[in-house]
Amino acid sequence: MTANTSTNVKIDALPSTEDENFKPKNGSDLLIKALKDQNVDTVFGYPGGAVLNVYDAMYKNPIRHILTRHEQGAIHAAEGYARVLNKPGVVIATSGPGATNLVTGITDAMIDSIPLVIFTGQVATSVIGSDAFQEADIIGITTPITKHNYQVHDVRDIPRIVKEAFHIANTGRKGPVLIDFPKNISAEIFDETELNDAPIYLPGYQPNTKPNYLQIQKAIQAISESKKPLVLAGAGVLFADARKELTEFVEKYKLPVINTLLGLGSIHGNHELFFGMAGMHGAVVANDAIQNADLLINIGARFDDRLTGDTKRFAPNATIIHIDIDPAEIGKIIPTDIPIVADAKEALQAILSKEIPAPDTTVWLDYLYQKQNDFPYWYEEDEQEILPQQIIQMVHAITNGDAIVSTDVGQHQMWAAQYYKLNNDHGWITSGGLGTMGFGFPAAIGAQFAKPDKKVVAIVGDAGFQMTNQELAVLKEFNLPVKVVIINNAALGMVRQWQELFYEGRYSQSLMPVQPDFVKLADAFGIKGYRITSLDEAGAILEEALNSDEPAVIDARVKQLENVYPMVASGKALHEMVGVKKP
Amino acid sequence: MKRVITVSVINQSGVLNRVTGLLMKRQFNIESITVGHTELSNISKMTFVVNISDEVKLEQLIKQLSKQIDVLKVNDITDKSIVLRELALVKVVSPANLRLEINAIVEPFRPQIIDTSKNVVTYQVTGHPDKIDAFIELVRPYGIKELTRTGVTASVRETQPVDTPQLSILK
Repeated sequence: MTANTSTNVKIDALPSTEDENFKPKNGSDLLIKALKDQNVDTVFGYPGGAVLNVYDAMYKNPIRHILTRHEQGAIHAAEGYARVLNKPGVVIATSGPGATNLVTGITDAMIDSIPLVIFTGQVATSVIGSDAFQEADIIGITTPITKHNYQVHDVRDIPRIVKEAFHIANTGRKGPVLIDFPKNISAEIFDETELNDAPIYLPGYQPNTKPNYLQIQKAIQAISESKKPLVLAGAGVLFADARKELTEFVEKYKLPVINTLLGLGSIHGNHELFFGMAGMHGAVVANDAIQNADLLINIGARFDDRLTGDTKRFAPNATIIHIDIDPAEIGKIIPTDIPIVADAKEALQAILSKEIPAPDTTVWLDYLYQKQNDFPYWYEEDEQEILPQQIIQMVHAITNGDAIVSTDVGQHQMWAAQYYKLNNDHGWITSGGLGTMGFGFPAAIGAQFAKPDKKVVAIVGDAGFQMTNQELAVLKEFNLPVKVVIINNAALGMVRQWQELFYEGRYSQSLMPVQPDFVKLADAFGIKGYRITSLDEAGAILEEALNSDEPAVIDARVKQLENVYPMVASGKALHEMVGVKKP
Repeated sequence: MKRVITVSVINQSGVLNRVTGLLMKRQFNIESITVGHTELSNISKMTFVVNISDEVKLEQLIKQLSKQIDVLKVNDITDKSIVLRELALVKVVSPANLRLEINAIVEPFRPQIIDTSKNVVTYQVTGHPDKIDAFIELVRPYGIKELTRTGVTASVRETQPVDTPQLSILK
């Protein structure tokens, strides 16, 4: 499998470096300069009345701007970009509807701790509060869904605010920071001698990254005394860039490791100590390991309800070590015995720096291997129809598990998590906490901009894709070689599955008999579309589409009534999984 | 139970909204809230009284508040030795023939009369919220025309009682 570095990929064409003669004059010039000072080379956005000055400044002092076809596309793209590069994605939108169209993406980034810096236009300060044209109280709207937000009241504060925003977004527990930028300030001429460019001083924001020595001692002792230790690795490991340390840690002490949905990629998908994803649709062995472990070492996961099932019966036999950079996560859901507030990488390094007697995990690992062997993911092959799992297995095989995979939300997301065993870190982009349909495709666009030479595959459902498919125009415009694989069951699969299991098969509004012809839709955007209707042709079509240097949309028609298994129904404990074995 | 929580914040627009919004999002009910400047120029202090029964929820509240960028310090001072004060303005219906009687009855509360008219007397009463409650109940039979309370503000006493667990060695 060769990397995708075709010459007709135009996306690495960054604008030429700054014109040396360019001199910032107004607030907008200052903003663009502040972005460049933060080494921002790509922004995603959509212009409008309140940000005309900003876009004019961008025209004069070029920065790569990706014009999506909807603000939601811009913010999800920025999320994908941020996930892959582990640095803030930048979004610009206008006031009012432009700003409110970002709200879903901001909430998504907040709950999944994705670093973003978002600029929204605002009406002039003289008319704020007068219900002016395209006015929305975006500060009020986004206060609960941002890590922090600012409204610029003084042009001289721009350098300081931008600097602080990037710092807040990308340190501690990462998250979105919004800057609301009134139009008059964007046009205001400033006096260079009066700029406020003071060093960052945030007395109320001092995230702790260094682990407490005594707590590390306690953790080490618990590890060496345990008989059935288990490492649960979450997205915190990826945000801390600690895949290497995690791998070293589990190898050193022969510790089995499992992932949360968002933690996938924090260890190689085929590592012998890796037992898959845990939770509602996780592997039987992973959930069984949690319920039987005597020590659970949670690194950078937040005990989300989709992971824990019934919290009262979660890991009933385990001492809990919880390493998290956010002190508020510790003890929030699961009572913790040994809390460690720290960056995952620094905590792992601290543990690795000590030499301790290794626990003997042979018996425990043998037990887990046996479970893994007895309860693999399964599906029943069908002579008539393609199974969605088969498509994902083929995508995995063709890309060697080394693509960047972005998913939407629903059944296909779970199948992708189960069957796409990732080789790389920062290669898994999915909406976990918020479960945002429409996320997967634009996020893949952002990922491709982040890593132009990497294969990016968006695995989406037919319903979610229809929420943001207008962004196909961006694929065409930049000849972005993103591959969109539509797991098309002509239904809202997960909703339908729950209706089948818990509502006696009353498929209320979950079937979508009328759909666009996705091949023609792709064609309308000037993109090659493929359709897969039988298993025989699937391999060849996927091979051709995935290996091309061009964008591609693949409409894979799969069995409608297939369910995601195994499954922990809501309110049940992790050991009460159903559908664990092929009937 | 009722907890008294003080929050020191950077005096920035929106900070009150940020803090109360957070309480609303996590489903805490604010019984009272006061805000004002402190001895430091750009720092304000809020005093909340909230009803929380669950320790885990209380810990969450404090941690979530501490996470806010503009919040400098959060303290649950309920279990410390503290001074709690509140002020109420109570307009009591007080016709001339009853006025002496009412004044005599409320006297132990040491209220100040800050306004009078033909039939109404306005009392200003300060003290622990329990005292205010008692005052209100006392005058209620005469008819309260209007009542307004400031909410609780609190201060930790300079000298705290010494914990005594070290004496257990005598057992």
